[in-house]
Order: sequence, then C-alpha cells, then structure tokens
Amino acid sequence: MSVDLEKLAQEEYKYGFVTDVEQEIAPKGLNEDIIRMISSKKNEPEWLLEWRLGAYERWKKMKEPRWAFLRYPEIDFNDISYYAAPKSNPRPKSLDEIDPEIKETYDKLGIPLEEQKMLAGVAVDAVFDSVSVFTTFKEKLAEEGVIFCSISEAVEEYPDFVRKYLGSVVPRGDNFYAALNSAVFTDGSFVYIPKGVRCPMELSTYFRINAENTGQFERTLIIAEEGSYVSYLEGCTAPQRDQNQLHAAVVELIAHNDATIKYSTIQNWYPGDKQGKGGIYNFVTKRGRCVGRSSRISWTQVETGSAITWKYPSCVLEGDNSVGEFYSVALTNRCQQADTGTKMVHVGKNTSSTIISKGISAGEGQNVYRGLVEIGKNAEKARNYTQCDSMLIGDRCGAHTFPYIEVRNSTAHMEHEASTSKIGEDQMFYCRQRGLSAEDAVSLIVNGFCKEVFKELPFEFAVEAEKLLSVSLEGSVG
Amino acid sequence: MLEVKNLHVQVDDKEILKGMNITVAPGEVHSIMGPNGSGKSTLAQVLAGKEAYEVTEGEVTFQGKDLLDLEPEERACEGIFLAFQYPVEIPGVANTYLLREALNAKREYRDEKPLKHVEFGKLAREKMKALGIDEDLLKRSVNTGFSGGEKKRNEIFQMQILEPTLAVLDETDSGLDIDALKIVANGVNSMRDSGRSFIVITHYQRLLNYIVPDFVHVMVDGKIVRSGGKELAHELEEKGYAGF
Repeated sequence: MSVDLEKLAQEEYKYGFVTDVEQEIAPKGLNEDIIRMISSKKNEPEWLLEWRLGAYERWKKMKEPRWAFLRYPEIDFNDISYYAAPKSNPRPKSLDEIDPEIKETYDKLGIPLEEQKMLAGVAVDAVFDSVSVFTTFKEKLAEEGVIFCSISEAVEEYPDFVRKYLGSVVPRGDNFYAALNSAVFTDGSFVYIPKGVRCPMELSTYFRINAENTGQFERTLIIAEEGSYVSYLEGCTAPQRDQNQLHAAVVELIAHNDATIKYSTIQNWYPGDKQGKGGIYNFVTKRGRCVGRSSRISWTQVETGSAITWKYPSCVLEGDNSVGEFYSVALTNRCQQADTGTKMVHVGKNTSSTIISKGISAGEGQNVYRGLVEIGKNAEKARNYTQCDSMLIGDRCGAHTFPYIEVRNSTAHMEHEASTSKIGEDQMFYCRQRGLSAEDAVSLIVNGFCKEVFKELPFEFAVEAEKLLSVSLEGSVG
Repeated sequence: MLEVKNLHVQVDDKEILKGMNITVAPGEVHSIMGPNGSGKSTLAQVLAGKEAYEVTEGEVTFQGKDLLDLEPEERACEGIFLAFQYPVEIPGVANTYLLREALNAKREYRDEKPLKHVEFGKLAREKMKALGIDEDLLKRSVNTGFSGGEKKRNEIFQMQILEPTLAVLDETDSGLDIDALKIVANGVNSMRDSGRSFIVITHYQRLLNYIVPDFVHVMVDGKIVRSGGKELAHELEEKGYAGF
C-alpha cells in the first residue's frame, strides 16, 4: 500500500463554501436574556420559555462530560452565538419568497427545494443555521394527515402535541448537552403520523450551518401513532472554517402500538483540515421510546464528518414485543475522533434489539464504539444481537470498543460478536492485480465492509452514502 | 513476450530467487515444477507486483516494457493475470461487482468504453455457462465462504473475463477433485491461442495431462535447474525432485 496518494489527502471538502446572506446573529454568550430573546423571536408560549429557563438552571449546575474517548480543548460556551437567522422572510409561503442566495445554497448542496426537481418521494425540511427556511410537500402530506413542519411552526400550530411530547423521551436535564439544547434550541423538524397511516414519502431534514461562531442546536420530534410507519432521513453539512463550531442536537422519537420509525442519518459536517484545525464538534442526544407493543425504532447512521462525534442513538423498549435496531457506519480520517454507539434498554417482555456497528479508522482517526445493552428485571425473554467490527487503514489510527451489558433477567438471550481487522494487504493486492487502482480498491473493500448497514438505508441515500464514503476515504492510502 | 533475466528476489532479507531466467514467447505454455519452498510462488507474486518482495538484481521485460517499473494495476491492465494460490475473501463485495470494475478499469486503460451492467451480465453468463459454473457465484461476495474448488474455478472465470495476454496459474490444481480440475483445464485450453501465453505452476504432473505444456522447467532453490518438453513432467512424477 505504499502507493503515493498523499496528494489525494488534500481533497477538498465539497460542501465547504459560505453563503453570503444578511443574517441576524445574537451576541455571543449564554444567559437568561439570550434565552428570552430566542423564545420571543419564535413567539413562544410562556410554558416553553419556563421550560427553557428550567433547563438552563440545570445546565449551569452540570459538568461537561469527559468520559468519552475524545480529546479536545475546553469549550468556552460564552464564546458562541446561540442564534443566527437569515434576515429575509422568516416563514415563506412559497419558494418565491425565499432568499435566492439560500435557495442557491441548497441547489449547490444537491437539495433543490423545487418539488419537481426533488428526488421523487422525498419531502425536505431545510434548516439554515437556527431556522427552518422551507418545507416541501407539506400539502401533499397533509392529505394523509401527516404533519411535517419546523418545530417552531409546530409550537405555534400544534402546541398540544409539542407540550405533551417535548422532553418526554430526552428530559431537559438528561445530560449536559441535552440540557444546553433544551435551553437554547432554535429549530428542527416536527413529524406527526396519524393512526394507521403509512407515510407516503420519505421525510428528510437538511441541516446547514452557515454563520460563523454560532452553534446549531436543533430539536427534532417524531411521533408515530398506532400502526403507522415513517422513514425519516437527515443530512448535514457546514462551511470549511478554521474555528471549531458546536452542534448539539436532540432528537426524540415516540412509537406507539405497532408503529415503525426508521431514522437515517448521513452526517457530513465539516471534519476539519489535515492538521486537525477546524471542524464541527457534534454532541448529539438521540433517543426513541417504543412505548407501544410491537413497535419498532430503527436507527441507521453514516457518520463521516465532524471533528468530534459524541452520539449514541438509543431505544427504550417499553412495549412488549417491541424492537430496537441500530446500524452504524462511522468513519474517522485525518484527525477526526468519534465516540459513538447506542443504548438498548429492554423494559418490556419479548423485546429484541440488534446492533451492527462498523467503525473505520484511517489517517490519525480514532474511532470508538460504546454501547450499552440493559435488560430490565421484567424484560422476560429479551434478545439482543450485537456485532461490532472495526477496520483500520494505515498504522496511525485507532479503534476502540467499549460494550457494556447489564442483565437483570435470567431469560435473556444475548449474543455479541466483535472483530478488528486491518484492511488486508492481500485484499488490496488481489483487487489491484485485477486492475483496480489502490484508492478504488480501498473504497471497494470498505464499502463491502459496510454493506450490512448500507442496505438499511433508503435506496437513493445508500448510493449517496457509498459515494460519500469513497470521498471521505480519499488520501487514506499512502 | 516475457523475459526474466538473472532475477534475484528477497523477502525479509532472505533470498528466495537466486538468479532466475525464463523466456516465454507468445502462444507458449510453460510449466514450472519444483519442490515446496523452491520459489515458484514467489516468481508468480513478483511478476504480479507484490510489494513485500524486493528485487535486488536482474530484470523483467514484458512486451518490451520494464515490468518492475509498473504498479500492480498497471501490470494487470498491460495484460498480466495471476490466478492466486489462495484467493482472498472480500466480504460484502459481490463477485460480479469486482469483476466489472476490473474489466472496466482495463478497458479504460486501453481507451475503450466501459461495459454497461447489461452487457457485462451477458458476457459473464456466457462464460459461466461455457465453464459449467453456477450463476449464483456472481452474486456472492468475492470468495467469501467459497469452497476450495469454487475459489479456483472463480479464478479461472475471472481470467476468462479479463482475457490476459499472460496468465500465471499458481498451483491452481491443488486441492481440486478431478471434475474441478477438468473445468480449470478447459478454461485454460479454450483460451490458448497464438497471442496468449501461460505459466502454469504446479507440484503435480496430473494437471499437465489436461493442460499440455510446450515447456517444463524444474525449479530448485530459487532457480531453474532443468528445462525440457512435456516428457520431463513424467520423469519428475516417477523420480521426484530428489535428483536435483
């Protein structure tokens, strides 16, 4: 593998451009006034402001968690701006009302907001810094009773839902970053699927960080009523900047009886440059509650971006016969660090969970799988299957696995498989002997390694994910 | 076509090839026989460009080019194919996918248009049928969970698709039953023509009943110690390598 591919390591991050748009940016720093300002900008009811302030009170007393296998300098939470929004029309009724610069941004990102140009069958909520700028296909979805809008709009239009479910999965004092998010969250998506409805299209949110020195704190809430089904996908990119930027999101999913929520993520935040300068710090709390019997929540993530990833999409399996799944590909190249995995908390009877994690480390990347499988004392006949595989490319990177298993019921059935492999010289040589270049060989082998996860993604996005992985791997052979 | 002159190769400071010479003209089939550890597989790997093998002396020219100067993939695109003694498993990568990528890489190298899925599928199925290989081999991950025989047959199938100018078969016969052996031999024989050459590395004379070589070379301790016609193989089968 001593091919000279170092030049490819300089491969530009394709999404690193900045959109020049007039923005309203809150002064740096976090205090009650800022929270009041965010709340009033969004015309929020009193209870939500109180909820935010309560979260802030808790957050002030919390310590930043340092148990993860991540190294980064202390974050100065007063050196961040907590709100940035384009000055143009805050809630456009049609595309014509959107700032052309913003529309062009999404075009450049390959997410055209014109419905006829979209991938057939995918509705998009576009979040630009702190606000949702547009949601497509709303009317079509409304015909089925599906609500898909920004969370700010939901607060105004569907306050009862928001009040009932906000914080019901991730309480505002759950952890340091969730508390921070609860205090200052700005926008995100809201999805409600009524009883018995199979959502007719893929829903997706595209998160774009644009402004400098701001954090993005979005909050997503998805509720699937009895017997409903929804597949939701989020994508993320950010400009290339020398400073690190903070992204701390909270996602809450609720699945009632026989409901299924499939949540996929393709995370491609700016990862920083070769020397490790810049990049997004991604501290995210994602959790789903399978409250109903035979409900199912499935997380699929492809994590290729961010300088730091701290993320454990989890399932609380409360309903009997409920199912939780976690399929993950995490790639760390250059100086990226990822500490990611899942928690499967089995509460109900006959609950089952599957965890398939594929970690790929290249360059000086550090990749951690951290997972907890917890079988409660009443979770009769719970089952878990865990498989974590790590692949190393080169000799300066690292892979680490921290699986925790806590079983309080003797009828549980647990399986755990783990492997670590170095990308095989023999595999490389075999492919090259057949005529493939070294970089094509790496990409082929790694994509094969991730196949089990990619097949869980909606088709269009599986193709995207493969491409993204190849691009992210460029320069990893050298 | 291929000329190997005074080739010295070492691995981890241990010399394996100690002045190897061989000349292969277009259309010829050469068989290299010899005891374990004599350097036969090393020669195959060096020709294909395995980097762990260090050439300390000598030269190799292939169709007028300095072969040692080329990357493994360039050698492949120039027309060298190695049927591996131990084909590696690549989980999650469909056999058909690797092979189409490989063929198209080769076509691109020659400024030809890539084959589309459908065209490739047709070609692959034709070749499989001729070889008597089950089509489901295409969908399976490369060599993953293949039996020994399936792996070897897959190598021959790949060779058929990639149509090399020089194919090196590294103990492709070892571990095969007689039926599989015939499939392999048919695969080779059907490709024999005046422009294509083969180097068949084997321990046993058995394969050479099916692939009849023009030349047989005996390799001992890193060099060829005797060359002859196909009758030499019979002599070796009777007397063994003890006399060398």
